[in-house]
Amino acid sequence: MVEAIAFYVLAAVAIASAFAVVSVRNPVHAVLFLILTFFNAAGLFVLLGAEFLAMLLVVVYVGAVAVLFLFVVMMLDVDFVELKQGFLSYAPLGGVVAALILAEMLLVTGAVRTSAAFTDKPAGLPDGITNAERIGRVLYTDYLLHFQLAGLVLFVAMIGAIVLTLRKRTGVKRQDVSAQVGRTRKQAVELKDVRPGQGLG
Amino acid sequence: MSRILQAAKGAMMLDMVGGFGLALKYFFKRKATVNYPFEKGPLSPRFRGEHALRRYANGEERCIACKLCEAICPAQCIVIEAEPREDGSRRTTRYDIDMTKCIYCGYCQEACPVDAIVEGPNFEFATETREELFYDKERLLANGDRWEREIARNLEIDAPYR
Amino acid sequence: MGGLIEDFGPVWGFWAGVGQILLIMIYLLLSLAFLLLFDRKVWAAVQLRKGPNVVGPFGLLQSFADFLKFVLKEIVIPAGANKTVFILAPLLTFTLAFASWAVIPFANGVVIADLNVGILYLFAISSLGVYGIIMGGWASNSKYPFLGGLRSAAQMVSYEVSIGFILITVLLLVGSLNITQIVENQRAGVWAWHAFAWPTIFIMFPMFVMFFISALAETNRPPFDLPEAESELVAGYQVEYSSTPYLLFMIGEYLNITLMCAMLNILFLGGWHLPWGPVDNPVLGFIVFAVKMWAMFFMFAMVKAFVPRYRYDQLMRLGWKIFLPTSLVAVAIAAGYVTYVGRPVIGG
Repeated sequence: MVEAIAFYVLAAVAIASAFAVVSVRNPVHAVLFLILTFFNAAGLFVLLGAEFLAMLLVVVYVGAVAVLFLFVVMMLDVDFVELKQGFLSYAPLGGVVAALILAEMLLVTGAVRTSAAFTDKPAGLPDGITNAERIGRVLYTDYLLHFQLAGLVLFVAMIGAIVLTLRKRTGVKRQDVSAQVGRTRKQAVELKDVRPGQGLG
Repeated sequence: MSRILQAAKGAMMLDMVGGFGLALKYFFKRKATVNYPFEKGPLSPRFRGEHALRRYANGEERCIACKLCEAICPAQCIVIEAEPREDGSRRTTRYDIDMTKCIYCGYCQEACPVDAIVEGPNFEFATETREELFYDKERLLANGDRWEREIARNLEIDAPYR
Repeated sequence: MGGLIEDFGPVWGFWAGVGQILLIMIYLLLSLAFLLLFDRKVWAAVQLRKGPNVVGPFGLLQSFADFLKFVLKEIVIPAGANKTVFILAPLLTFTLAFASWAVIPFANGVVIADLNVGILYLFAISSLGVYGIIMGGWASNSKYPFLGGLRSAAQMVSYEVSIGFILITVLLLVGSLNITQIVENQRAGVWAWHAFAWPTIFIMFPMFVMFFISALAETNRPPFDLPEAESELVAGYQVEYSSTPYLLFMIGEYLNITLMCAMLNILFLGGWHLPWGPVDNPVLGFIVFAVKMWAMFFMFAMVKAFVPRYRYDQLMRLGWKIFLPTSLVAVAIAAGYVTYVGRPVIGG
């Protein structure tokens, strides 16, 4: 009973805020609604008994990715009114795509539901094995290669981003921290005996 | 080599530990705070606080309306008007100090030939309105009566150095 | 709470749960009042001052006087501010700060929700804390708050990374995400506490120190208080806030600091166990936990008193170039140790 109520509340808020993401005028509000959507999705994961995934969703998407979104949107000061001008002309195309996705999802769920292996509950957890451990067991055995590959792709993306933005300009003074920190008293201070009336000359 | 030693020192945060020790030493030291409204710090006899007009021991006011203080005041906050009294002596009819203008330089008391206008030891004369800080002769004389003992003592202590 | 519903039935169990939550909130707010005073007192003592000592004996009631002042003042909302977000930001900070305490066990069994992924929950909630600040900074529609908000967002996201890795080293050694189990793993005494356990002390003690420093950065405490650096940004994201919204921000901030103290305590210093042996009595455990938290808070306050503020590039350098590689290496070492030597049995 409580679970059903929680599910419908979470799902309704998730859908409503997802709709708000594309319909609100203010881009910052849009990102904030996106965060709300993520959050509700995490709630749905918890209801499914996948609390590890829920927490990961919050940590990775809400805690890190959406912050960067928010960062960029706040800094760029995008004029959404201007961007929205051609909104309606794209509506048919968007509608077609949405309908396609909906149809595909219905097909997939229908296929899964009718298959023999389907149970209403999430795959039963053997006693004493937590969520996180199960994911780990699958991820690091059956899908080890895929996992490594995903890591590699991210690594390449990171290097690519660095290569694209890193430039060495000549004639620019740069801070050499280790040289600064490595300076000793001997190198930095010189004691001179200044005689009165003569100065250092 | 020394660079490595330095790095090791940094990694072990020896400076931080030293700083912590020093902070802890000060933590237990006697505090320098004066618990103000209940305790007050010592004041020099030359302290220049609130103004006061003094009287002689027989009750006659000292001020002879020479207007030297008005002339020397760099902030021009003193206004004096004078007339001869019934007994023929020259006295002020008006002696105003605008305490909001005063810079407490003490030139008025230096200029005064009869030690009439002085800056007393009182520094707690904050008011709620601006108007209360426009002192007139009555207020200044009242100040003088109130602080006479302290003012006289301060003048006596400071006299050898003048 | 699930246990309560089983014990008392659905209705009374629910109200018992609400009562539990309220009790912990009141406890937290009350201890916060004195922690705030303690913070100011320590700071003052190092600077040879006495600190607040007028309201009540030794100034003990100072925080309550401050509270009254905050509540009775007028709420000012800047003209160009985004009203909803402006008010939402402190509320969010405040709520999240309390939400994370749901999984903190104050003693053996004294916990609202004993989640299996407790430590991840803590991490997730603390990573959300940045939104309150960045929203407040943006909604104020003013330059200094905006700069403060951006600074703080970048800073918190950076240090979360190393905090995450440090958490992983602990989790590897314990083999569980459950907070109670992490504490129970250290029950044998001071030689079983993660910060001092042999032979993992070589990686875990540095991790303890790094967690402490990252916690300073994560909670915007000095020497990493760049978001509110008063000499540059007036007060950062809080500039436009006054009265109760400011109070909510401040309570949230200090609750996060206490939370970090509690996390240090749970992860590295044996939670509610005494240095010379395990504690199973909830009352004694509660006291031990509180004392350890106050000790950690004392360290936070002392650091504020004697370390000068970092420059922003130094802060980023420390986070990304020193802490991140070091903690990564530590994770690798801990993982290798657990795999090839076996999980250290220090549960006792």
